[in-house]
Amino acid sequence: MPKVVLSSGSSMQALTGGQTEFEVEATTFRRLVLELEQRFPGLGKQVEEGMAVAIDGEIFQDAYGAVLHPDSEIVLIPKIGGG
Amino acid sequence: MAKQYVSTTINGETTEFLCETQQTMLDVLRDVIGLTGAKEGCASGDCGACSIQVDGRLVCSCLMLGVEAAGKEIITVEGVARGDHLHPIQQKFLEHAALQCGFCTPGLIVAVKALLEENDNPTETEARYWLAGNLCRCTGYDKIIRAVMDAAAVIREEKASA
Amino acid sequence: MNYIDSNLKVVGTRPLRPDGVDKVTGRAMYSADTRVAGMLWGKILRSPHAHARIVKIDTSKAEALKGVYAVCSAADFPDIPSEEAFVGEGPMNFRDLAMNVMARGKALYEGHAIAAVAASTPAIADEALALIDVTYEILPHVIDVEAAMAETAPLLHADMFTQGVDPKPTKPSNIAKVVKFKKGDIDAGFKDAEVIVEGRYTTQPVHQAYIEPHACLATCAADGQVTIHASSQGHFMIRAYTAKLLGMEMANIRVNPAEIGGGFGGKTLIYIEPVAVKLAQKSGKPVKIQMTREDVFRGTGPTSGAVVEVKLGAKKDGTIVAAQQVLKFQAGAFAGSPIGPGCMCGFALYDIENIDVLGYDVVSNRPKVAAYRAPGAPITSFGVESCLDDLALKLGIDPLTLRVKNAAKNGTKTHYGPTHANIGFEQVLAVAAAHPHWNAPLPAGQGRGIACGFWFNIGGESTATVHINEDGSVTVATGSPDIGGSRASMGMMVAEVLGVPAERVRATIADTASIGFTHLTGGSRVTFATGMAATQAAEKVVDELKKRAAMIWEITPDAVEWRDGQAFPAGTNAGAFEPLDLATLALKAARTGGPVNAEVSVNAQGAGAGFGAHICDVSVDKETGHVTIERYTAIQDVGKAIHPSYVEGQIQGGAAQGIGWALSEEYIYNDKGQMENPGFLDYRCPVASDVPMIEAVLVEVPNPRHPFGVRGVGEVPIVPPMAAIANAIRGATNLRMPNLPISPPRLRAAIDQAG
Repeated sequence: MPKVVLSSGSSMQALTGGQTEFEVEATTFRRLVLELEQRFPGLGKQVEEGMAVAIDGEIFQDAYGAVLHPDSEIVLIPKIGGG
Repeated sequence: MAKQYVSTTINGETTEFLCETQQTMLDVLRDVIGLTGAKEGCASGDCGACSIQVDGRLVCSCLMLGVEAAGKEIITVEGVARGDHLHPIQQKFLEHAALQCGFCTPGLIVAVKALLEENDNPTETEARYWLAGNLCRCTGYDKIIRAVMDAAAVIREEKASA
Repeated sequence: MNYIDSNLKVVGTRPLRPDGVDKVTGRAMYSADTRVAGMLWGKILRSPHAHARIVKIDTSKAEALKGVYAVCSAADFPDIPSEEAFVGEGPMNFRDLAMNVMARGKALYEGHAIAAVAASTPAIADEALALIDVTYEILPHVIDVEAAMAETAPLLHADMFTQGVDPKPTKPSNIAKVVKFKKGDIDAGFKDAEVIVEGRYTTQPVHQAYIEPHACLATCAADGQVTIHASSQGHFMIRAYTAKLLGMEMANIRVNPAEIGGGFGGKTLIYIEPVAVKLAQKSGKPVKIQMTREDVFRGTGPTSGAVVEVKLGAKKDGTIVAAQQVLKFQAGAFAGSPIGPGCMCGFALYDIENIDVLGYDVVSNRPKVAAYRAPGAPITSFGVESCLDDLALKLGIDPLTLRVKNAAKNGTKTHYGPTHANIGFEQVLAVAAAHPHWNAPLPAGQGRGIACGFWFNIGGESTATVHINEDGSVTVATGSPDIGGSRASMGMMVAEVLGVPAERVRATIADTASIGFTHLTGGSRVTFATGMAATQAAEKVVDELKKRAAMIWEITPDAVEWRDGQAFPAGTNAGAFEPLDLATLALKAARTGGPVNAEVSVNAQGAGAGFGAHICDVSVDKETGHVTIERYTAIQDVGKAIHPSYVEGQIQGGAAQGIGWALSEEYIYNDKGQMENPGFLDYRCPVASDVPMIEAVLVEVPNPRHPFGVRGVGEVPIVPPMAAIANAIRGATNLRMPNLPISPPRLRAAIDQAG
C-alpha cells in the first residue's frame, strides 16, 4: 500500500494525533484525499486545499488523477507558489 | 481658476493646449494631449520614466509645468522614430533584447537619444552614469548598455557616410 | 511529442520580440494609459498611523464638494467571512485580503486604505480626501519581527491564535503560524560533527519596486456588467478576487489585460480594483485609480524582513552532517509570509543527513507582504550560504569545493519530503568551477564570493489557442500576461511545431471572456505551462492540417507528413503530390471542413526545479563603506532556453535586484511606525552606474516533462546574490556582515569597529 508521510510541521499533526507516517489504500490522489478525510476528519480537506504532494519525488499540485503505485512514497508538503 | 493656453512644438508639430497651472508637463502629455509614451513612475524626478527633451535638453517631464512648454521644442518617445523607420537606438534595443516589461523603455530611448546627440562615442562608464537617472527593474542594465554602445556605432557610421 | 533531441530551427534562436516595436515607440498601452469619456479619478485616503482603531469616518464634507461623485469606505463592502484558500502565489485569506483593500475597524499599518473618493479631476479628488474626517484612537504599534513575537507586544488581531502548536494556545498572539521540517536526528548529527559554525542573520523588507505603479480603470454598465482594464500578473485573478470581495458573480466581470510594467510577484494580488468598481457603481461613471509611488511603498506589500539563525556541523573532510535553521519572517499586517518556502529552500540544495528547521510567520504593523521573486528563498539562502562560507573558511576548504562535496543530486531526498529528480545542480557547479571568472586571479584589494540558490518552479493551469488565419499566418492567444518577453517564446514554440519562421506567428494575450482559465504569471511557470498548452495546441493544428491535405489528395491522413510548414505525401506510395503549404491549406479551409484552430487547456505537472551559482568580485572603499561590484557571473540550469536573450535577461534582472537587496534597499521606519523613504531617491534601487555587465551563463539540463525541455528560470537568479556579495565583502575586508543591507554607513561602522 502507498506510504504517506506528512512533511510540514505539526499543523497537520494536530489532526492526526501526532502520527506522521501511515499507509493508505489508494491508486489516485483523489482516493488518497478521501481516505485521509475519512480517517482523520479535516485532514483530507487541508491536504486538498493547502498542500502539494510529492509522489516518488515528483511534485503534483491540484491533481486528482495523479497515480499512486503500491510501493509509492507520498510526501505532503505545503503548496508552492512563486513571485 | 481659468486654464492657461499654451502653444508649443511637440515632435515637430505645432501643438496648442489648455491646462491648469499646477499640471505638470507629464500630466499634460498624458491626460490633455493624449501622448501616453512618457510614463509616471514616481512623479518626483527619480526614475526617468517620464523623460523628454526640451530644446534638446533631457528633462523629467514630471518636474516641469505644462505652462513651461510655451515656445519650446519638445521631443517625446513618439517622435524618435524616423517616419516609418525605427531610430537606430530603437532598433538596437530590440536586437539586444534591452527591454523586458518595456515600461522604462520610452524614457530610456529619449535619454539615450540625448546622450548620443551630446556624445556619439561614450565609454561604457559614461553611458552608465548618463543613464543613472533612468531606473530599470527588469534588465539589470546589461543589455541596455550593449544596445547603447551598438547604437552609438551605427550613428557614428551614419555621420561618417553622410 | 518531445522535441528535446530534435534539430530545432526556431527555438533557441533570438528573433525580435513580436510586441517590441510598440514598446520602443511608446505605443504599448499600460495600465494607466487608457482613458474614456466621462472618466472620474479615484483616490484613496491612507492611514497616517501604524496602528489605530478607526472610531469614526465622516465623509460628509467630501461628498458635498463640487466635482465629487462618489465616496466609499469599508461600510460599502461586504463583510467577508474568514476563508482560507491557496489562490495565486501564496496562502490567502479572503477576509484578510478584503480588510487589506479597505480597513475595517482598525488601521493596521501606515498606508492602510481607509476610504476613497471619485472626482472629475485629480486635484478635486485630492481636495476631497483632505475633507474626509477620520477619528483615530492611536494604539501602540510594533514593527520589528522579534519585538512582535514578544509576550507583551501590541496585539494586531484579537482572533489570531498560533497555528501549528500543540496544544492549541488560548491566548492570541502575533505569531500566526509555526512550521517545522525534520530529517534524521539533529542532535546525533551535531554530536558527530567535528566542526560547528553558527550565524545570526537579519534582512529588511524590500519592495519589488516595479517601475509601473498599480492602476486600473473600472466601468460599470447599467445592467451591472463590470469591465476592468488593468495590468497585473493575472487578469483571471483580478476577476476572481474582485468578485469575491464585492460579493459579485465572476461572470459579471470582464478583465482586459493591459501591458504590465513589472510585477516580480507584487502584482499577484489586488489592491485597487474592488475600490474602483465600487466607486464606478456608486457614481455611475468609469473610475480610474492610479497609485502614486508613495502609495505603492506605503500601501503595497514588500517582502518579509526576517531573522535567520543557522547552525552547521561538518566532519573535517567537509561532509556536512547536521544543519539547523530557525527563521522568523514578518508577514506585515496579516498572516501569510513565505515562511514555508523559507524553511524548505535553504537546505534544498544539499544532501545532508540530519536537518532541523523551525519557522515562524509573524504579523506586525507594516504593509501586508506580497510575493517577491522566489518568496522566502533569498532570505533563507542569505543565511545558509553565508554560514556555508564561514564553514568553508573554518575547515580550510574552498567554498565551491565544499558545495560540490555536499551538493544535492538526482535521488537526493530533501528535508521537506520530495526527492530531487532531473535537476542540474551538479552541472551548474561544474560550470562554475571551470569558469574563467572563478579561475581568474583576484585583483589586489578585492574579494570574491560564491553562493548558490534554488527554486521549485511551478506548473498549473493554462489555456492556449492557435488559429490559422485565412492567409496562412498564425496567431497564438494565451491567458498569460507577458512580463518579461514570454510572448516571443509562445510564438517561437508554435512556429517550431508548425515549421514556419517565428515572424509568421503573432502572439496575443486574450481577456477573461475570450480564453479559457489561466493561472497567474508567476512562479516561473509561463514558458513551462502556457508553453506546454501552446505546443499541444499547435500539434493539434498540425494533425488537422494533415487531415485537410489528405482530403485534397484523397488519401488517408496517416499518409501525410508535416515538415517545414508544408504537408507532404509520406513516401512515394502515398502519391506524387506537390507539397501544400499553410497559405494554400488556409485558403481551402472552408471547403475542407472549416476554420483551422485548436485550443488546449492543461494543468501542467512536472515543473523542473532550478539551481543557480553566482560568483561576485567586489572592492570596498574603506573610507566610505561603499561596495563596488567589479565582476559578476550568474550560472543557472535553465532547461531549454526557448529565446536565450530573454532567459539571460531574467538572470541579469534577478541578480540586479539581489544586488539592491544586498547593498542598498530597505524600508526605514521612524519611531511612529511611519516609512521615511517612500520614494526612489531614498529607497535606493540599483541604477545603471551601480552594476557592471552581468554575465549570464545558461546551462541546459532539459526537463523531460516539457516537450521542449523547459524549466522555469525567472526566480532562481534573485536567490544567490546577497550571500555572494556578503561572502565577497568578507574576502575583501575579513568582516562577516550578517545584516542586510550592507549599506555604506553600516560597513564603514563595522570597518571602524574592527579596526
